[in-house]
Formats: sequence, structure tokens, C-alpha cells
Amino acid sequence: MRQIFVIATKDLRLHLRNSTLLLFGIVLPLGLAVLFSTVLDDPGGGFQARYVVADEDRGPAANAFVTDVLGALTAESTFDVQRVAAATEATRMVDRGAVDAAFIVPAGFSADIAAGRTATLRVLGDVDSPIAAYVAREIAQSYATEVRGGRLAVAVTVAGGGRVDDPAGFAARVQALPPPLTVSAGSTADHELASRTFYPAGMAVFFLFFVAMLSVSTILAERTTGTMPRLLAAPVRRPTILVGKLLGGVGIGLVAMSVLMVSSTLLIGARWGPPLGVAALVTALVLAATGLMALVATAARTTEQATGWMSTLAVLMGMFGGTFAPLARVEGLAVLSYATPHRWFLQGLTDLAGGDLRAVVVPVVVLLGLAAATFSLTLLRIGKLVRP
Amino acid sequence: MAEVVLRCEGLRKAYGTVVAIDDLGIEITEGETYGLLGPNGAGKTTAISMIVGILARDAGSVTIDGQPHDVHRTATKRLIGYVPQELALYPDLTGRENLHFFGRLHGLSGRELRRRGDEVLDVVGLSDRAGQRVRTYSGGMSRRLHIGVGLLNRPRLLVLDEPTVGVDPQSRNAILDNVRQLAGQGMAVLYTTHYMEEAERLCDRVGIIDSGRLRAEGTRRDLVTMLDREDEVELLADGDLAAAAQALAELAEVSAVDVREAGLRLLVAEAGPNLPQILATTGRAGVTVRSVQVREPNLESVFLHLTGKALRD
Repeated sequence: MRQIFVIATKDLRLHLRNSTLLLFGIVLPLGLAVLFSTVLDDPGGGFQARYVVADEDRGPAANAFVTDVLGALTAESTFDVQRVAAATEATRMVDRGAVDAAFIVPAGFSADIAAGRTATLRVLGDVDSPIAAYVAREIAQSYATEVRGGRLAVAVTVAGGGRVDDPAGFAARVQALPPPLTVSAGSTADHELASRTFYPAGMAVFFLFFVAMLSVSTILAERTTGTMPRLLAAPVRRPTILVGKLLGGVGIGLVAMSVLMVSSTLLIGARWGPPLGVAALVTALVLAATGLMALVATAARTTEQATGWMSTLAVLMGMFGGTFAPLARVEGLAVLSYATPHRWFLQGLTDLAGGDLRAVVVPVVVLLGLAAATFSLTLLRIGKLVRP
Repeated sequence: MAEVVLRCEGLRKAYGTVVAIDDLGIEITEGETYGLLGPNGAGKTTAISMIVGILARDAGSVTIDGQPHDVHRTATKRLIGYVPQELALYPDLTGRENLHFFGRLHGLSGRELRRRGDEVLDVVGLSDRAGQRVRTYSGGMSRRLHIGVGLLNRPRLLVLDEPTVGVDPQSRNAILDNVRQLAGQGMAVLYTTHYMEEAERLCDRVGIIDSGRLRAEGTRRDLVTMLDREDEVELLADGDLAAAAQALAELAEVSAVDVREAGLRLLVAEAGPNLPQILATTGRAGVTVRSVQVREPNLESVFLHLTGKALRD
């Protein structure tokens, strides 16, 4: 056991003096995390729409739309709805990019609806905000559908022999029913991390696999640089050499992750969740990453081949594991992402954000299971790594 | 009688159909330096790797201080100091950190580790550079530290695999002096080289290896005697060379004398002890000797004789 720590400590010291490893382990992930979280939209609860409404009608139907429909939206932090007096002003705001879309309720809108004529509710969208503009159109469409539904209800009642003494009043009552649509911003925020946490987490897990790759590569490098024969001639068992070296890799992985988490908390305000749960997740992740990379290295014939395979795997898993964008939004990829440790780590962090430590149990168990399997297989194939 | 430190018998290693080592047997006693001499590719490193326990053997046995030894025996590995052919150091650790790391692997710790590390640094002349990273060392300094690592555990058997390859003449001399000194302290030394001069200068006994087989072994004199060849003495001289040749031919140890343009060429059973008599005889014949050159049959000649090829082929 002592010799394992002797080897691990030596490796950790060497890793800390390895500028390439520090570049991949700390500088690049931290730099990219800061950049992404500053420049890009929030990938999780980040949808924000700024609308303006110009009510030139001021009738009951217009009021129902502005107050009940759009008013309900403003209750959610996702939407910001301003009111202006004139359509021209609303149009100008869209042109300037001050808002994502404008609703224009023309004069006569309520009268047209009450008389059963075609009424027009205009929606102007900013071409640079296609999603917000699309959502605005859908809101207007929803309201239009609801109005049609009211008219239909009256028509069906009349056609069916029923009596409607006051068709206009009946239609008004139908329209006075609760708002036709509700939008909840909470649904996304509950299941995805905020950008200031998501990007540091994504970059940390993505680059952790490169750190693991570089640390595993040192096992192969002991052969090419000539130190492996000396280790083998020393009174040390071969599994001790392997475990010591892998432990050194785990050590530098933990150091890199810890530095990244602390730095991103201080620099961009990342919120990682309860420390105990985060520590369990990070430890399980580092073990899984190191084990996986070591197993890949046992299959390679040369150091170059091993490095090529490991880096390819690190990139692919990073992509499909959702480290650059939350893949939970994309159905097919969401399923595929569960095949990567990246997804389980990010999932664990996301679930942990709710504050319940029990949320990390499944991700931690999955990651530890992966680590146990890969370490065991690597030990079985020890002769591929620890040899003269 | 000196104790046997290393005994290996019938060592064999094959890679597929290629037999790298075949029926190798070596015995080295304490205080003895044994040279394994052979050209590149002769099987020296493979033999060494089996002896130190890096490489599993196909057949044969190795004992260190009477204890059976193989790749899994850590107890016997503690008795061995190994200096591989390639530099086996961590460039980003300091000289002292390198020594301490390997010392810890050999079970040293605390004050003993620090003391032993300092002693070794002193022996290899690197005390003043111990705190600097090996990356900043010259080739000769690295090579000296490399050898120092092999000495840390005060081994019973020191195995050096071509330790002077790529080393400047000054460092080479320092290394050879170190090795001689260590053997003088009772260590058994197994030294592989393809430099005939090193084997002649350093080793008490020499084993000649080629194509994985030990062709011959013994002291230098034993091996040279196998050739049944006399020493050649060339005298650059002025005067009555014919008279001198006649006088020299009458000496019992001289088997042949040729008169050359600028001197004489003699074949002598053993030149060293007979040189005074030869010079006195030429003097009496009125010949002035300006220079003497003695060419003894060397290990190169033995190797050529045994294998039909030159040592550095």
C-alpha cells in the first residue's frame, strides 16, 4: 500500500509540473466556461422574450387579450410585455431590436369580433429573434382560436334549436372564461442548470477526460522513456505500479476539478449545490474517466495509437454527453447521452441543484459502477500496460 | 572463499521461433566484476532482463544470494541494483527527488533515505546540483545520477547494462572508476558492454556472448590463451638490424624475428616480462631502439576467433 502512494505521489508531483496537463485541466476549461457563459444564452432557463403591445382599439376583446392573455404572461419572469399607445411606436421598437415582437390591436378589433366580422391581430417579429417571434405568433394564434371557439359555441347552440337571447353577450361570456393559454417558465429552469454553472460543469467534464488521457499516457511513457524497466526491477509488484499510477491520475483529476469549481464560483458565480453531493459526484466521475481511459489504453499497441483512441473517445463522449448544450431537448440524443459519464455527471449536478442529496445516488452509483468495471478490466489486462 | 551472489543456469528465452537466449549460465561471486561482452543484438539486454526479474524466462533458474529469483520475487529484487541501458530518470523531478523516489520503492524512508541519498549524490559528484531538475543536467551528469539510483539500496548484485553508451570520455572514466570502487567494496557486478576496452579494463572475468549463447568465459588471460597466439613486438630501431635479429632469435621466448625497413618485428610468447631482456639484447648488438610497440592478442581477437565476426559488426 505504501508503494502505491509513493508512485501516486510522484506522479501527482509530475502532473502538477506538466504545463500541457494544467492547460487541459484548468486553463482551457475555465477560459471556455467564462467565455461561453458570458457570450451565449442561458441554455436552461434562459429563454427570454421581450414583447410590446399597442392597443389602438381599447374595446372589450382587445382588453381581454392585453389584460388576460398578455397580462398572464408577465407573471412569468420569462416574458416582458410593455404597452405603448401607437402601432408606429411598437413597430419602431421591433425595428430597433428593442423588443423581440410587437402585438398590434387595431382600432375596431372588438367591434369586428362582436359583429362576427373578420378581425385582425397583427404580430410583428424581429428577424434576429426567431424563437421569441414564433412564440408571439403562437400566442396570438391561440387567442384567435379561442375567439373562434366562442363564436362556434354560439353558432352550434343556435343551429341545434337552442335559444340564445343575447348572442353578443353569450359570446362575451365565452371570451371571459380563463385565459386560453398559460406559459410556465419554471418547467425548464427546474431541469437544467443555469449557464453560469452549466458551462463550467460541461467544460470541466469534457476536459477531465483529456486530463485522464494525459495521466494514463504516462504509464505508456514510462516504457518509452526507459523508467518502466527500473520500476519492474524494483521490489514492487506489477499491480502496485498500475494502481499507483492510476491513483496519481485520479489525484490530478480531482485537483483539476476542484480548482475549476472554486475558480468558476468566484469568477462567474457558478452554483454547484451541496458540497457533499458534489464531492461524491466529482469523485465518481474522476474514477470513471480514469478507468475508461486506462481500459482504452490497454487495447492499443503503441502510445500514439492509445493517445489517438483516447482523445477521439473524449471528444465523442463530450459531444454526445451534452457538455456543450443540454441534450435533454433533443430526444434521440438524450437517450444516447446516457451512455456517457458526462451525462450522468451533469444529470447529477442538475438534480442536486434542488438541494436533495438523494438525487445524486443514481448518477454516483452508475459512475462508480463504470469505474469498477473499467478498473477491473484494466487490471485483468495489466500485461498490456505494465511491461518492459 | 568468496560467496556466490548470482548463479543462473540454463536460461532460455524465445520470441516465437527466434531464440534470444539459449542455455545461458553465469556465476558471479562477491567483489567480482563480470563482463558480458558481445555486439549489439547478441542478447545481452535480454539476459540481463531475465536476471534482474523484468522478463520472465522460458527455462532455467536464477538465484541471488542463494535465494530463488524471478519476476515476482520482491525479496530478491531488494538485493539487486539495476542500471538499465536507457536513462531511467524523471526529467521533471530534481536529482534528489529521483533518488528519493526509487529509494522509497526499495523500502528506504525517513532519515535513512535522506542519508543514503546524500551519500549517493556524493559518490556520483552531484551534491551541488541535487536540487535542480534532471532536465537541466548534461548528458554525463544524467548518466552519473542514473548509475547512482542503482546504488541506493546498497545492492549485493549491481547490474549495469551498457552504462557508458553515448557518454563522453571523461564521464566514461568516472563511471568505470566508480564501478571498480564498488566492486572493491564487496559488491558483485554484472557489466554488459560491447566495448572491448571496458571489459579488459574493468572485469575480473568476461563472458563472450553472441546470438544468445555464451561462447566462452574466463579471465582475459584465459580467453587470450585460447587463441594460442603470441604477442607481437615491433621495434623502431637504427643500427645493425641483422646482427640484432640473430641475437634475438637465440632467446628462448622469441619464436620469430623479421628485419623490417626501419626496425624489427618479433613474435614473443609473453611480451611484458621479456621486454627488458629483448631491449638489452638489441643494445648489445649495437642497435638503438627509438620506440617499442607491443600488440597482445585481445578480446577483440578472441571474439573474432570465436564468432567469425568483429565485435562492433
